[in-house]
Amino acid sequence: MTLDKAYFDYPHRSYGMDHDRYDWSMLNDRKPVEWPEGKKLALWVNVPLQFFPLNQKGDPFKVPGGMTMPYPDLRHFSLRQYGNRIGIYRFLKAFDQYGVKPTFAMNTRLAETNPYLLNRIVERGDEIACHGYHMDAIHWNGLGNDVENELIKTSLDSLRKLTGQEIKGWLSPAKNESDHTPDLLAAHGIEYFSDWVNDDMPYQFRTSNGELTAMPLTTETEDHFVINGNKHSEDSWVEQVCDAADFLRKEADTQGGRILALNIHPWLMGQPHRIAKLEKALEYITQIDGAWPAYAGEIRNNWISQQ
Amino acid sequence: MKEDPGYFDYWPYENRPKIEWPNGAKVAFWVAPNIEYYELNPPANSQRAPWPTPAPSLPGYTVRDWGNRVGHVRQMELLDKYGIRGSISLSTALCDHHPEIIELCKERDWEFFSHGIYNTRYTYGMTEDQERDMIRDSMETIHKHTGQKCAGYLAPALSHSDNTLDLFAEVGTELFGDEGGIYTCDLFHDDQPTPIHLRSKKKFVSVPYSLEMNDTIAYVVNKIEPRRYGQQIKENFDRLYAEGAESGTIMCIPTHNYQVSYPHRMKAFEEALDYITSHDDVWVTTGREIAEFFLDNYYDASIADISSKQRTA
Repeated sequence: MTLDKAYFDYPHRSYGMDHDRYDWSMLNDRKPVEWPEGKKLALWVNVPLQFFPLNQKGDPFKVPGGMTMPYPDLRHFSLRQYGNRIGIYRFLKAFDQYGVKPTFAMNTRLAETNPYLLNRIVERGDEIACHGYHMDAIHWNGLGNDVENELIKTSLDSLRKLTGQEIKGWLSPAKNESDHTPDLLAAHGIEYFSDWVNDDMPYQFRTSNGELTAMPLTTETEDHFVINGNKHSEDSWVEQVCDAADFLRKEADTQGGRILALNIHPWLMGQPHRIAKLEKALEYITQIDGAWPAYAGEIRNNWISQQ
Repeated sequence: MKEDPGYFDYWPYENRPKIEWPNGAKVAFWVAPNIEYYELNPPANSQRAPWPTPAPSLPGYTVRDWGNRVGHVRQMELLDKYGIRGSISLSTALCDHHPEIIELCKERDWEFFSHGIYNTRYTYGMTEDQERDMIRDSMETIHKHTGQKCAGYLAPALSHSDNTLDLFAEVGTELFGDEGGIYTCDLFHDDQPTPIHLRSKKKFVSVPYSLEMNDTIAYVVNKIEPRRYGQQIKENFDRLYAEGAESGTIMCIPTHNYQVSYPHRMKAFEEALDYITSHDDVWVTTGREIAEFFLDNYYDASIADISSKQRTA
């Protein structure tokens, strides 16, 4: 019950962060960036294309959105596949209608088992990032360095081969990491990752294999967080996205280019009763004066060229 | 363990001595931004896990870092716009980690009060001496970095012991005499200040710090929509303003720079602040100013009135 003396040691109580991954810096102190052609608000629409295995291990936790029922949890398995069969095609129509440039964060296992969908995405020429091997392949310290290294290598090698793209971006399943995930990602040619939601702009993140760019894929306005997690209505989600876009657009007038990052799941917003709400949000944000629809890697490269 | 902490006696919300705030204000309105530091790898406490998933638990850690990197300035500029000085509930280690934030708040004459050292170090399991030392460290840190004699306390992560309020008040007296350790934000039993019983018999007051208006409670516990939060703030204010015509009330909005400052939430918060500050009879103030005003003007009358209400029929 009582606490030993170590509970009153504060080994990192000094300037900056309590770890050495990045420097402490406040957003408004940084040099403003300018997006191409004087654009003000980059629109990063990020679409996870996910495979949730029926035989989920749930190690070290059940991935959000994964199986929750005793095996075989057909209801969640099939509802997630709905996104890859139906929802995604509604998304593609909407993206084309509103001029969105989607970045697809794809589980490698899905690419391996769904050649039609893979080819459809590849032929579009949109940017593909790796979303780990599948949704139950969670990166955490319990894997050990060798196993995690092999997991990352397999995920990237296979996805690169299947897509023909270099694959420079990464999003961990559940945005979960081990202490070494960033080091391993950098070793395997990743340039940006989107697991750390601690900023509204990119920043450089130190690893033992050089720097990565941390890209700001906020969780707070993603469909799963707002609609499934907070139980807000679809109309409220649209309102929140549009309010966020307005706020960031206005901030860009005085503080330089901003990014509206929208993470949306085909199995959620691709439902018949929700797709019109997504369309409404996309219509609004793409019509904002100074909006710049762009791929995550494009935003990253443009940002880094100004640092 | 006790059935009742014994900090306050029953005091019905009718026929109390009338409180008159400065300049005839009906409501004393204060905003209490929590400015916190959560550690990535805090030591274990057997009674409460700091993070829900194995370390490194990025979701919780990174949004809180977002608050300091991005959210703080957004909230501060909004409070500036509406003439509000924040009363900061401070993880005092932040003075070491992020002195830039402390400087910005000092420039604005904001109040700093103690919210412990880190919000990932819980009071649970501390001996009385350990807790006293932690509280003293936090108050000395505020004094060293800001020159302020810490008046208020909100226990770190709302983790308490049976000794918390006594220790805070006693350390305040030791360090700063009557100027230190005079109010607590840890109790949610009232919409007006109330005298608190302490073992030292020190004059000490509970200043209402509403959990219901707290953005983390609204957004994370109750999971309400931003516009609804804005509406709740306005409705909370309307009633306290109306009742304040009879006897002055207090409205507090406790905030976090990693909740209220998100781009999708700022509009609703701004509308609510605009609404409140557009009323004439509002005393826009700080926790310390409310506590001092009450102690100087109404503490004794309140004690007498509370005492009269304890008589049996």
